[in-house]
Amino acid sequence: MEYLPNVLFVIALVIGIGFFTKNIKKLSRNIKLGKDVDVSDNKPKRWKNMARIALGQTKMVVRPVAGLLHILVYVGFIIINIEVLEIIIDGILGTHRIFAPLGALYDFLIGSFEILALLVIVAVVIFWIRRNIIKLQRFIKPEMKGWPKKDGNMILYIEFVLMLLFLTMNAADFQLQQLNAPHYTKAGAFPISQFLMPIFDGMSISSLLVVERTAWWLHILGILAFLNYLYYSKHLHILLAFPNTYYGKLKPQGEFNNLEAVTNEVKLMMDPSADPYAAPAEDAPEPEKFGASDVMDLNWVQLLNAYTCTECGRCTSECPANQTGKKLSPRKIMMDTRDRLEEVGKNMDANKGVFVPDGKQLLNDYISTEELWACTTCNACVQACPVSIDPLSIIVEMRRYLVMEQSAAPTELNNMMSNIENNGAPWPYNQMDRLNWVNE
Amino acid sequence: MSEELKVKTMEEFLAQGTQPEILFWVGSAGSYDDRAKKISRAFVKILNQANVEFAVLGPEESCTGDVAKRAGNEFLFQMQAMMNIEVLNGYEINRIVTCDPHSFNTLKNEYPSLGGNYDVVHHTQFIKELLDSGRLSLTGQEYKEKRITFHDPCYLGRANTVFDAPRDVLKKTNADIVEMKRHKKTALCCGAGGAQMFKEPEKGDMDINVLRTKDALETNPNIIATGCPYCNTMMTDGIKAHEKEESITVLDVAELIANSI
Repeated sequence: MEYLPNVLFVIALVIGIGFFTKNIKKLSRNIKLGKDVDVSDNKPKRWKNMARIALGQTKMVVRPVAGLLHILVYVGFIIINIEVLEIIIDGILGTHRIFAPLGALYDFLIGSFEILALLVIVAVVIFWIRRNIIKLQRFIKPEMKGWPKKDGNMILYIEFVLMLLFLTMNAADFQLQQLNAPHYTKAGAFPISQFLMPIFDGMSISSLLVVERTAWWLHILGILAFLNYLYYSKHLHILLAFPNTYYGKLKPQGEFNNLEAVTNEVKLMMDPSADPYAAPAEDAPEPEKFGASDVMDLNWVQLLNAYTCTECGRCTSECPANQTGKKLSPRKIMMDTRDRLEEVGKNMDANKGVFVPDGKQLLNDYISTEELWACTTCNACVQACPVSIDPLSIIVEMRRYLVMEQSAAPTELNNMMSNIENNGAPWPYNQMDRLNWVNE
Repeated sequence: MSEELKVKTMEEFLAQGTQPEILFWVGSAGSYDDRAKKISRAFVKILNQANVEFAVLGPEESCTGDVAKRAGNEFLFQMQAMMNIEVLNGYEINRIVTCDPHSFNTLKNEYPSLGGNYDVVHHTQFIKELLDSGRLSLTGQEYKEKRITFHDPCYLGRANTVFDAPRDVLKKTNADIVEMKRHKKTALCCGAGGAQMFKEPEKGDMDINVLRTKDALETNPNIIATGCPYCNTMMTDGIKAHEKEESITVLDVAELIANSI
């Protein structure tokens, strides 16, 4: 029975990490449903972007208040993980504070974790107030109703509780150290949790042990649970921000890709020796679909973008269409893409890994044409995203489908395009009059 | 007609057996739109003044296809691009200048992979070159102590990170350059991009150009400067919506410079 806690701990760890691995595999499978895209170029620049934007949080601090608070939570998250490492080793080996022999360094580490934990609590409380009391515009947009709002708050509650458990555990531990309880060697500095100690005044060692062990277990089980919550929430960005910034667009923002399938056809059309009446060869592959009407038509970086989005809404708050009351919200484009991709993934899970058409698609069932046509392609959303997501590329890909596969552009745009075809200008003027401006 | 402009076509250069220093890509707006034609004329006035040997394509120029591409018509875009590339490569064009940031963006970024490789500059960059090299100097004091605010065109600024050239050029007019709260990377779009110029906006509670003009009005300017024919139209309409057309004018950087020669 002596090893029961160790065994239980290992079981919890294996279940927690196992389940997480399963979800990561699903995530990876879903992302790979996207079309291939070559992003193998310019590796040094890509690493630099990742270091600067994801690790260095450079785009977060464009908005200083949210940026600085976010850095607190982010640094807290990363550094407190060192403590989680100790907890895991202790849990497996049945030891207590195995890093304690580090002495002064250990005191310094534990002390800093405590200060960070407090700062995280402060940041999380302010975040909660911004979402629920101040109700910042970008957090109460229509696409945030229901689950996204709950999800956002849930993450804050979990982080708050985890930090509180960490401090409670330390406070009880420190009290036990003072009472010379067996196994509780004097180690660590407790600049924050010492203020919690009066709660434990007069408690017996056995009650304190219960408090300390309960907080310790809930803390680590909470972390494992949170790890597994990620896949179901908008919070995946804590992992995916790194690959996403690595694979982010390197070209000038104004440069849209040229569709290769179109290039081939246009070249054929312009080739004077090509036979316009030639029937396609017997073994010719099915002509490629132009643009995107569903998630499988997007490329995998765009799908990675969708999973990375943490719904902060900076894109939407910078969008000129959204600011003037149009339906378009770049954040919603990303949320819809992810929701549809999840739906496709679940469909595959239920059908032995094969997608069975469900009569639905990203276009119309999720994203309306009204949203797509409201975009000015100004790149404000791309500029605003702190993790290099490109909602504009999805909008353009869907416009391509509407125009090239369905001829479903707004009438005025169809007129404009036929003018270009007929006169070489978007207006109905004679091409021979192109130089009239010189003498007017 | 105000004054005689010297404009030669590529065809004429070819007949003479010479190559121009630069090709002026006029663009559809610059060729046909009444307001934008004035910008083309102002820019040519500058080129003439600085004795720049430039050419235009005239009837051989066709729409770059940019607006079709933004609307999703990749076919039409690539057809236009390849036709234009055939003409440009036929004339062995190396350097292109244009007053339209949309043409600038597509010629510079999207033509290369289709076989069109040119050194493309926006007219504000070219004017800066002329001023910096001393080929052009300004003596006019037309805008001295006037307040000018510059609206960044999306496809010049954010899309291609050209922020300084237009501002550097404007400073040469001795005007007071005042910045809007949102400028450079965070500048708000005028509302014309992405083919919006050619359609009615979707349902909303305001037009984008009216909102952007509000940004400009907050700087209390005498003049709103732009570097894009479409922004020019949008801001001019915005000024009318705010009933400020009596006190504020919208001018292209080229016009401000042409008036300062």
